[in-house]
Amino acid sequence: MSTDVIPPGKAAIAEQQDEGRESHRQSFLGYLLAKIGGAAISLVMVVILGFFAFRILPGDPVRKIAQSRPMTAEQIAQLRHQYGLDQPMLAQFWNYLTNIATGNFGESYVYGKPVSELIAQYFWPTIALTGTSAILAITLGLWMGQLAAWRSNSPYDQVATGTSLVLWSVPTFWLALLLLMIFGGTLHWFPTGGMVSTGIPTGTPEYFLNVLWHLVLPVITMVAVVYAQYLLVMRASLLEEMSADYLTTARAKGLTEDLVRRRHAVPNALLPTVTLVFMHIGGLIGGAVTVETVFSWPGLGKLTYEAISGPDTPLLQGTFVVFSAIIIVMNLFADLLYRQLDPRVRRA
Amino acid sequence: MSETQTRPANTREYRNGKSRRVNVARQRKLQRLKEVAKEFAEHRAAMVALVFLLVISLIAVFAPLIAPESMLNVTKLLDVPHFAPPSWEHPFGTDHQGREIWVRMVWGARTSLVVGLAATAMSMIIGTVVGLAAGHFTGLAGGIIMRVVDFFLVLPSLILAIVLSSVLSRGVLTIVIAIGVTSWAGTARVVRSQTLSVASRTYVERAEVLGGGHWHIISKHLLPAVMPLVLANTTLTVGSAIIAESTLAFLGLGDTTQQSWGTVLKNAMDVSAATSGYWWYIMIPGIAIVMVVLACTLVGRAFESITNPMLRRN
Repeated sequence: MSTDVIPPGKAAIAEQQDEGRESHRQSFLGYLLAKIGGAAISLVMVVILGFFAFRILPGDPVRKIAQSRPMTAEQIAQLRHQYGLDQPMLAQFWNYLTNIATGNFGESYVYGKPVSELIAQYFWPTIALTGTSAILAITLGLWMGQLAAWRSNSPYDQVATGTSLVLWSVPTFWLALLLLMIFGGTLHWFPTGGMVSTGIPTGTPEYFLNVLWHLVLPVITMVAVVYAQYLLVMRASLLEEMSADYLTTARAKGLTEDLVRRRHAVPNALLPTVTLVFMHIGGLIGGAVTVETVFSWPGLGKLTYEAISGPDTPLLQGTFVVFSAIIIVMNLFADLLYRQLDPRVRRA
Repeated sequence: MSETQTRPANTREYRNGKSRRVNVARQRKLQRLKEVAKEFAEHRAAMVALVFLLVISLIAVFAPLIAPESMLNVTKLLDVPHFAPPSWEHPFGTDHQGREIWVRMVWGARTSLVVGLAATAMSMIIGTVVGLAAGHFTGLAGGIIMRVVDFFLVLPSLILAIVLSSVLSRGVLTIVIAIGVTSWAGTARVVRSQTLSVASRTYVERAEVLGGGHWHIISKHLLPAVMPLVLANTTLTVGSAIIAESTLAFLGLGDTTQQSWGTVLKNAMDVSAATSGYWWYIMIPGIAIVMVVLACTLVGRAFESITNPMLRRN
């Protein structure tokens, strides 16, 4: 799970609904501009934070490199010049900004390659892992959550909610270790790491199946931890709608319970859920770091872990900015989707 | 609810107007506290969880008495078998250096709980102050504060915590700061929305009309109104903070001189415990984390359902 403070509860849902009501008052264009502007500001803040977080602090990256092998003072000065660390802070910041604008995140200390090249190489495996997990977790969580709310306090609800609370309390990395131990190390059903077995030609159906086979355990880990949050969010959201008058009307019209739930209650409950679900994408990304580390999945999370162990400042800075950018874009998408899902707004 | 049911103060207190006021206020608080305790006792799972947390806290406090520190000294453990599975002699098994897992768990409880509580305190204080400010100050200032809150809410907190703890010098304090600084945004939002609803009530308007300044309004009227919500959120946050601590320790960002449940799991991964069949090395720390966090979640949810006015609506 993530370090997000609020576990999905009714409070968050109620607050989200208030938030939603506020947004109906704006025109679509105003809403769009406000959201895009907000996302742009967040991106700029990430970029600035990415610079200063690594420089306000006393550690000298060159000294850290020098620790691992003997170097003369001249070599150290040379290195410092090479990484631009001998320039004034403001000049460094300007260099950093212009570099980022052109997609240049500097050179990794450990790999000796441009960070942007490494990120491009490790980007798609992460998207494959988190994307598959997100789709499965959202589908499973929302489906089970609405059933739990509809039959609230039934044995099904108690089991579903109880399981979710337990899973919500499980550290992602531990679940990964546990699954690796049971299905990889003991039963040998699934590979213990990597993305593809060696010696399989890329692009063949065999390659695709082999990647899927490697994907099973990491995806199960991430889905198990995240779907629980979505279930709790959806359940709380639908419970809010349960006593609404329009459901009584729908029943009075003679609709079956099933139709009342599917056509009337669930669409309304989805509104606040969507935003919260996308907000938790950050947790999913955070989980990717430990899951990829445990399963040696060659993605940005594993790259982050290697950057920590280095320590490899440019690489860590690069993954931080890219991860944050992914999340900001996902949230912008959620805000726009929210508008689209709400018929009251569409009509306006 | 409690305001209307307060018992009249006894006769002696009527003689002195001031002390009477104070006593009535105290009685109200006491009565409300009793009500909360009574409602809490009705949540059976939460009661069990609370007792469990108390036991774990006692174990953490008395760790030096339960397991002397010398039991962790690797140089004195040369004749102890490494990777011994659980048995009568080694109840939870031993690790790759012959240390008893149970001793490491007892000492690790200290780090987990201390970091959990300290990071939570930090997160709660930042969240409450920022949330109150965002709710109280309207216009541009409030807008800017909310922009910052949204930024921290959206940002992947684990990634930011990783960045912070890898650039600051290693230590427990660094972990506390890394978790505290990255986890307050949720609290700030909840506090803001509660502040907004309280700020529009007539008694706050009255105080404003009578000339109450920002400090007076915030400290005397808004803060007491949001406190129950913050306190309910606290227990939930402790659980998250404990998971965050173990995750950072697992990634090798913890204090290497201290025992921590996350560090035990990191050692387990480094010696490939998962693929070598050292199941106790992985199971025991993990189950400990899950149980403590689950206990925090249960207690927190019970408190939340009692104190959160939004949940009492129905």
